[in-house]
Amino acid sequence: MNRSIQDNSRKNVIIVFVLALALAIAALTGCSRRSNIADGQNSITIKGSDTMVHLVSNWAEAFMNKNPDVEVSVTGGGSGTGIAALLNGTTDICAASRKIKNKELDLALQKNVNPREIAVARDGIAVVVHPDNPVDELTLDQLGRIFIDPAARWSDFGGPDEKIVVLSRESSSGTYVFFQEMVLKKKDYLQDAKLLPATSAVIQSASTDKTAIGYVGLGYALAAKDKVKIVAIKADAESPAVLPSDDTVKSGQYPIARDLYFYVGLEPKGAIKQFVDFCLSAEGQAVVTDAGYVVVQK
Amino acid sequence: MKTAWQEKAVKLTLFAAASTSILIVLGIFTFLGKEAGHFAVTPGIEKLLSGRWVPVSFQEESFGLLPLITGSLLVTVLAMVLTIPFGVGASVYISELARPLEREILKPFIEILAGIPSVVIGFFGLVVLAPLVKGAFGLPTGFTALTGAALLALMAIPTVISISEDAIRSVPESYKAASLALGASRMQTMWRVTVPAALPGIVAAVMLGTGRVIGETMAVMMVTGNAAVITGSPFKSVRTMTATIAAEMGEVPFGSEHYRALFCVGIVLLLATFGLNIIAQKVLKKYRMG
Repeated sequence: MNRSIQDNSRKNVIIVFVLALALAIAALTGCSRRSNIADGQNSITIKGSDTMVHLVSNWAEAFMNKNPDVEVSVTGGGSGTGIAALLNGTTDICAASRKIKNKELDLALQKNVNPREIAVARDGIAVVVHPDNPVDELTLDQLGRIFIDPAARWSDFGGPDEKIVVLSRESSSGTYVFFQEMVLKKKDYLQDAKLLPATSAVIQSASTDKTAIGYVGLGYALAAKDKVKIVAIKADAESPAVLPSDDTVKSGQYPIARDLYFYVGLEPKGAIKQFVDFCLSAEGQAVVTDAGYVVVQK
Repeated sequence: MKTAWQEKAVKLTLFAAASTSILIVLGIFTFLGKEAGHFAVTPGIEKLLSGRWVPVSFQEESFGLLPLITGSLLVTVLAMVLTIPFGVGASVYISELARPLEREILKPFIEILAGIPSVVIGFFGLVVLAPLVKGAFGLPTGFTALTGAALLALMAIPTVISISEDAIRSVPESYKAASLALGASRMQTMWRVTVPAALPGIVAAVMLGTGRVIGETMAVMMVTGNAAVITGSPFKSVRTMTATIAAEMGEVPFGSEHYRALFCVGIVLLLATFGLNIIAQKVLKKYRMG
């Protein structure tokens, strides 16, 4: 009796070891797995933009409710990570908050991947300041100057004579690059700009630091509008000042807006096509509105 | 027969597990060296000496490590300035003055502090400490080197306390007895005999704490503001080496100059922690021998 219990426990120890080993091997080989884009596939992986994670998970959830046999897994990491994963074949769909760069396209062609671009939603970038800041509106040029010129002070824009605390996202963020291209006119951010790792940190700082200015996705800004003030933006000195909202982003009146994309490696088919079609359908676009983004113009 | 075979298998598995760490360390060194080596060939190592870290730019990218190194240095030095008095003071109290009951209460709390995940500490820093630092010094923002250093001190203090406490406790009882017998007071004995005798251990504890501080990522990234400027002021934002790697590695195009520059940052960081660990080990060994 006793003897057999001992044998059993020893056996258990061995089983545990074997399992642990198997798990380790599975984890190691899992990294280099090439996704299998076959017709009968019933799992989809989506990787990419951190901005879009929230939106894409909502899509995935709604899609899986309708199609319980398909499993959709969503991870962030940044648009660049997503594109790299697409090129390496470790994701089926890449979610990107910016267009693919030429460098990445060249790399794709080298790897015999031909990324197809699908615009799935629109996003406006809101400029936020502390609620006590008297500045209500800025032109794109003024905004650009704030982010480039270390000598700019709030008094130059109708505010108090204070130094400006410039808040930016990390350089790995798609929003950083988009803002740099669109607002800074491709110039470098001033050296003293604080690069914050998360949108929540930008909101947190703009809501407590009186002289701070930062930019965040429209959805986040609207969700935090009782903590921060959203600045109205003029495309140039003559145009009207426009606050970001669903309507102004959709109509293109609000100047700092962008498309959000899916990139797929091949012509989408099977479950992937089903998922992309779902995102673009009326039902999928309703999810976009719910998540604080703006539907794509058809 | 069967049991002998099983024992062998288990032994082999355990041996494999134990030797993995050696393989991994060697692997990391070669991997880092390989990628950083590419950077040394093109665009060349002198690029790393520039004073600007602007890895993403439509104009000209530059990969100067100086702001990152000075950033890490500033945060680390400040953190140690905060850690040493607290850590050493607490360990002296716990090992020499605390009553057993106090020790029973203090030690678990210190261990809990050591176990808090750095992201949680970072979040605490973002929401509580940064506004506090801002208010206390009348700054426009709480994202400063000092905020990061204070958070890192929180994480290093438990390490320093436990190791220096061990060191102080292992000072032979005869030293203290001799000092007391010569008429020294308890305080005199503590500061003139016990602590100096334990000094190598305390130094090693501080070194290991410093190692943790240099290598720490998440907490600093959330509160230092990450502006890559060269500064000696505790009230300015700084960008540390660890935060740079963590923030940029995820997005960097594979095989690009930026990617390789990050590996160079990794090497500098690795050498710094490696050096500190070796010094700490040496000091500890000497102390154990003595």
